[in-house]
Amino acid sequence: MKQQQFEQRYSADWQAFQQLLEALEQPATPLQGRDYEQFGRLYRRICHFQSLARERRYSSHLVDRLEQLVLRGHRQLYQHRRGMRFGMLRFLLIEFPRLVREQQRYFWLSSLLLYGPALLFFAAVIWQPDLLYSLLPPAQVDRFERMYNPDNAVFGAAREAATNLYMFGYYIENNISVAFRTFGFGLLLGVGSMVILLFNGLLLGGVAGHLSNVGYYHTFFPFVIGHGSFELTAIVIAGAAGLKLGYSLLAPGNLSRIESLKRAGQVAVRLIYGVVFMLVIAAFIEAFWSADASLPVWIKYTIGTGLWLLVILWLTRSGRPRRGGGYGN
Amino acid sequence: MPPITPPKTFHKTAPAGKPPAASEATDTTLTAPPLDTLYTVETPESVALPLRPASILPRIMAFTVDFLIRALIFFLSYLGLRWTGEMGWGLLLITYFMLEWFYPVYFEVRRDGMTPGKKLLGLRVVHDDGTPVSLGGSLLRNLLRAADFLPVGYAAGVVAATCNREFKRLGDLVAGTLVIYELPAPPAPALNCTGKRPVPADFSTDEQKALLAFAERSDQLSEDRQRELAGVLQPLLNTPDPVLAIRQMANSLVGQR
Repeated sequence: MKQQQFEQRYSADWQAFQQLLEALEQPATPLQGRDYEQFGRLYRRICHFQSLARERRYSSHLVDRLEQLVLRGHRQLYQHRRGMRFGMLRFLLIEFPRLVREQQRYFWLSSLLLYGPALLFFAAVIWQPDLLYSLLPPAQVDRFERMYNPDNAVFGAAREAATNLYMFGYYIENNISVAFRTFGFGLLLGVGSMVILLFNGLLLGGVAGHLSNVGYYHTFFPFVIGHGSFELTAIVIAGAAGLKLGYSLLAPGNLSRIESLKRAGQVAVRLIYGVVFMLVIAAFIEAFWSADASLPVWIKYTIGTGLWLLVILWLTRSGRPRRGGGYGN
Repeated sequence: MPPITPPKTFHKTAPAGKPPAASEATDTTLTAPPLDTLYTVETPESVALPLRPASILPRIMAFTVDFLIRALIFFLSYLGLRWTGEMGWGLLLITYFMLEWFYPVYFEVRRDGMTPGKKLLGLRVVHDDGTPVSLGGSLLRNLLRAADFLPVGYAAGVVAATCNREFKRLGDLVAGTLVIYELPAPPAPALNCTGKRPVPADFSTDEQKALLAFAERSDQLSEDRQRELAGVLQPLLNTPDPVLAIRQMANSLVGQR
């Protein structure tokens, strides 16, 4: 069949398909129920026409045009829809805790890398206060001291709501960016994540040790315990996701390194969804609860401990199958 | 008398009894894989979808455009929020955070893989299999910009992109995504001449396709260039106007009346 005959006979089909595509490509498609019935049939026909046109060496203009239609049809027909398939609540209550348990090797390694240096450096600073200055310049140590000074007016009474909102924005920007970087730098064979975890561990331990030395523990620990549950655990999970990326690159097993990375990435990004959620909660607690120094210390410790228990129970118990077969939360 | 053994080049310049291997030579050049970066995906319908990965330069330009848009949004929110005191600063920080990490994700997921900058440059993010980028894929490739940025100014990303045929930066490698050109609809062909002329029987199908391609695109060339190209066939065609001849052969190939 000559090309023009072919075009004359079938162009009605590809014009119909093109109209269908234009309707589908609008953000709010005007198509309804029955309109879709056409799509599959027409798409298969267009694919067939494209192969025929190519095989018969029709002009490249015609082949290109059919190719474009196939490409656009393919884009409408095949789509990746993964991740939040079952809604946010289901993800947070069932899938995310399961995922963390599934990846607990990385979780524990990441915890060790954060809390290990923190505890060691805490003890070291208690024993030798000057050691802190090997990590931080004196000006910054001063700043931390002023922040947690019990005589500080800001800490004496509840801050203004406006200040709380400012701090909320600050915690969101700063903490989530740190978490994202902790994850992203994991691509450097995991070393990047390790460095960030280690540094933050040292900082946490060092500052805690120093403030204990100068006797500010009544302001520092009640402040930290509230949001620490969500914030520190989220950083640990972000680190775990980064370590997983790094390890998949180092030891891909039977896969190619690229394929291994891709699979690790699919898991890691789901961990990051949870991390973002946890850090938003942490920022809320940190800005609107932790900073409120008008409450008695024992209430802060009680609630803080409660939050830690909540996080631990959530990650260890939530989403385990019930004995009856259903899913508990 | 000992037989004369000619130098090896002798055979090439004077093939005895063998016709010139011209058609063979053109055959190999036409059927060899093209020297471009075309990336084909085979669909379940066994159609080879051609994707054209975009190189670093247009991507840097798209990034720059997006960067300027982000800077503008930030500046406008600064103007709007600076009267509101500390509350405004908090909101401004959140704006900065969202622009930094989620501006590309939002547009790539909701606007078919195109941020405003990419749209301007005609680029689109897709998965390796040509499907639209998903939330997970987009988030992954954008979070890993942190690694691509290292050590400074996206150097790692640029190096990674030059090391593979699809110009993937590190984030694209992990997320299994690809930035491709979104081609505009091809211009209508210009088979605007009358008359038909039979195509010589010994033209291979690829050679016929070359004739057709010439006829379709000749309008985009200057007349001198048209004559120069068509002149290559002059020894075979023996006609005063090879350009017209090729167009007429194209007419008979597509069956134009």
